[in-house]
Amino acid sequence: MTPWLSLSIWLPVAAGLVVLATGGDGNARVARVLALIGALAGFLVTIPLATSFNTGTGNMQFVELMPWIERFNINYHLGVDGISVLFILLNSFITVLVVMAGWQVIQSRVAQYMASFLFLSGLLNGVFASLDALLFYVFFEATLIPMYILIGVWGGPNRVYAAVKFFLYTLLGSLLFLVALLYLYDKSGGSFSILDYHKLPLALPAQMMLFFAFLAAFSVKVPMWPVHTWLPDAHVEAPTGGSAVLAAIMLKLGAYGFVRFSLPILPDASHALSGFMIVLSLIAVVYIGLVALVQTDMKKLIAYSSISHMGFVTLGFFIFNAYGVEGALVQMISHGFVSAAMFLCVGVMYDRMHTRMIADYGGVVNTMPRFAAFMMLFAMANCGLPATSGFVGEFMVIMGAMKANFWLAFIAATTLVWGAGYTLWMYKRVIFGAVANDHVARLKDINGREFLVLALLAAAVLWMGVYPAPFTEIMHASVNDLLKHVAVSKL
Amino acid sequence: MSFPMPDLVPAYAEIFLVVMASAILIADLVIPGRDRGITYGLSLLTLLGCAVLTVGAVQGTGGQVTYTFSNMFVSDFMGNLLKMLTYIAVAACLVYSRGYMSDRDLLKGEFFVLTLFAMLGMMVMISANHFLTLYLGLELLSLCLYAMVALNRDSASSTEAAMKYFVLGALASGLLLYGMSMIYGATGSLDISAVAKALEGGRPAKTVLVFGLVFVVAGLGFKLGVVPFHMWIPDVYHGAPTAVTLFIGSAPKLAAFAMAMRLLVNGLLALAVDWQQMLIIMSVLSMAIGNLAALAQTNIKRMLAYSTISHMGFMLLGLLSGVVNNNWLNAADAYSASMFYAIVYVLMSLGAFGMVILLSRAGYEAEELSSFKGLNRRSPWFAFIMLLVMFSLAGIPPTAGFYAKLSVLQATIAAGQVWLAVVAVMFSLIGAFYYVRVVKLMYFDEAQDTAPLEAHLDMGVLLSANGLAVLLLGILPGPLMQLCFYSIKAL
Repeated sequence: MTPWLSLSIWLPVAAGLVVLATGGDGNARVARVLALIGALAGFLVTIPLATSFNTGTGNMQFVELMPWIERFNINYHLGVDGISVLFILLNSFITVLVVMAGWQVIQSRVAQYMASFLFLSGLLNGVFASLDALLFYVFFEATLIPMYILIGVWGGPNRVYAAVKFFLYTLLGSLLFLVALLYLYDKSGGSFSILDYHKLPLALPAQMMLFFAFLAAFSVKVPMWPVHTWLPDAHVEAPTGGSAVLAAIMLKLGAYGFVRFSLPILPDASHALSGFMIVLSLIAVVYIGLVALVQTDMKKLIAYSSISHMGFVTLGFFIFNAYGVEGALVQMISHGFVSAAMFLCVGVMYDRMHTRMIADYGGVVNTMPRFAAFMMLFAMANCGLPATSGFVGEFMVIMGAMKANFWLAFIAATTLVWGAGYTLWMYKRVIFGAVANDHVARLKDINGREFLVLALLAAAVLWMGVYPAPFTEIMHASVNDLLKHVAVSKL
Repeated sequence: MSFPMPDLVPAYAEIFLVVMASAILIADLVIPGRDRGITYGLSLLTLLGCAVLTVGAVQGTGGQVTYTFSNMFVSDFMGNLLKMLTYIAVAACLVYSRGYMSDRDLLKGEFFVLTLFAMLGMMVMISANHFLTLYLGLELLSLCLYAMVALNRDSASSTEAAMKYFVLGALASGLLLYGMSMIYGATGSLDISAVAKALEGGRPAKTVLVFGLVFVVAGLGFKLGVVPFHMWIPDVYHGAPTAVTLFIGSAPKLAAFAMAMRLLVNGLLALAVDWQQMLIIMSVLSMAIGNLAALAQTNIKRMLAYSTISHMGFMLLGLLSGVVNNNWLNAADAYSASMFYAIVYVLMSLGAFGMVILLSRAGYEAEELSSFKGLNRRSPWFAFIMLLVMFSLAGIPPTAGFYAKLSVLQATIAAGQVWLAVVAVMFSLIGAFYYVRVVKLMYFDEAQDTAPLEAHLDMGVLLSANGLAVLLLGILPGPLMQLCFYSIKAL
């Protein structure tokens, strides 16, 4: 049996090492080509995960189990279920795109830039594939290093502040998570297996404590209101590719943590605190949506829109029904495509104009019609227009919320208003109208490479919007198992 | 009067070392050449010889715990392992120091002889089974270090540092001796095993014992450099020539760990409840003051000095978690975690100070943090090595420093001290800031100093190996953890 999961983790890492070995910028071309080959190969090895995935079971598949640190009974334990497998595909796919997106823009330290993305891709796959809590933690933390470097080296003017803030904020949460894991290790009599933790009985006070420790780690990553403030800074300063991966994949780590750790390990605490979580989620949806409305910087606007969308995801998890959880997962995948696309669109404009301010634009459609068409699609997807991927997830979560409580669904549904407001208003100011200034007048439409990147994302967005069944089918059995598990008290 | 010949096999390495150090002292007088190539070679050969003899001693004693010189000297697995690691650390110090000392005209025979005698002191400490042997080793080590700090006798700050070190060191030795005399008074023996037996039997005068214990712990705290006995560390680290700082900051930590084990665990385990409380206070204060003070430093040697204090505080977490409610079950786990921590710390400390030496050259001390600016431009490879070392000091996976933290935190939580673990991770978060700042300087800032890096081939190779060892131990920490565990078990 081919160890596809190991390949999906270590192939990009190995490719990163090769790219790094090309050295200085004299070999930039070679580095780019090698990085693209590595990213493509990394994506190819994830395809069997989807094609030979058995949708009939909620159990772990493609399992690999080897002892790693026997002293602490830590295993190299990999496996995916319907919840995690899609993220590995998504991540490897986005990596190909960001390598292409950085092709011309990045001119200094190209090898290091490309290698960072490849390392990041492998490590992120590792997070989604780990079934050993410590292995999960190692990957979870290790992703900070390449992202820190990416923001700090290739970012905007205030990159250093943003990079350090990003690093320390996320480290704060994850250190508490580590203590929680060690506590579970102690309670479970010396196991780091996540699946063992799922069966471990825990008293309510312990569950509560652990819940908050997990929350510290995951809420920062998601990010949930009120620990979201690092995200706008990081997004604004990160290079385009960095923003895309940050929004598309890294934010999902937090949400994934909730479904993999918080809900199944701590079902009673999750139920007891669901009201609290729902309130935080709704604040993110409504308040952050309003905050997005007043942004003058496009990247900041999309960053706030991401927080608002992720509020939907956490909302979906904590209403404990199939629509909610599946909708949240679909929303995560969809947001992966849409937010990456939005950031890449801003990147396309930024590369030409070197400004992200909405006020500096206007009438871009006159000079970049093809680009305007693509951005139109992604903007629509961002506000959840039917037939785009954005609609499916939000609709399912609202359905789930409706089953739980009408007013909950009502407040959540207002996101359709806020989302349309901030996205379309931005789109209108940037794209439509008369040509605002000379710079806009001189803009050149997207080239073949940019076209390919955006077209791939557009295809994904439309596919998920029109025919989401393949996505939901993959996750169905696992989500059902999860809900059954969460419904049983551990007390 | 019969005088039985003691079994010399376990002490062959020490005997060989004292012979060779004396021979080098004399030979150096007649060896020509300013670069001391022969002395350098002889010193390294001596270390190699010691290593061979230590392996021989392990075989000669069949790996059993062997006492000799009327129970004053013990050869066990822990001691031999620590000695082997000491040889490696001292060898690395010699290799790193050579160019630096020679550029400053400090590469005299004394440097080598003092280093070797200091190492002899450490070996005696590691193998001591008697308060007097321990004290003898400690004094030999300390006297050599005082002289080494003052090696650059024209430098006011070096002589000042040596003076401070000497005065405070003498005070600490006095405290230790006084404490030992109290314990002698209460138990009637200076032999560590006999003290342990006396304590296990009918507990003799508890007041005197605890009184003595306080002084012993204070003396120990001084040697480890933990708060409130840390005052000498920043000044000595700062004032000494960097090569000497490198030496003080590395191998002696292993000896100090051995001393703590011999005194507290081999000797005074029956008083664990008392000394553990003292260690808790010292540990928390060290982590707090070490990390907070390090934040404010602009001199990298001072920063690393405060970082040492915090790391030693962290290391104590393992030592203080051994005995819970008179239950020894976790003892081997906890002490081996501390041992692993000490070893990993020495490795990281060698790497960090090695980099400071690498950046310095004739007439230029790379002491300020700003000398690391833009290192990624000047030498991507060594910037990467420093990145590994810094992330390891911060405890970010996948580097060795993470597993060091993990294992002591595990011990702390297994001892039921969750609050202590939370305090520890919070301070390590603060610590992460200043390590990450070094990475920021290297990668995000422009170089002030653009002179190309020149490293002797041997230094370059060894420093690279040192950095990669930090990574390798991060990927496969199992074997070393197992060795530590075994050596504590075999005590």
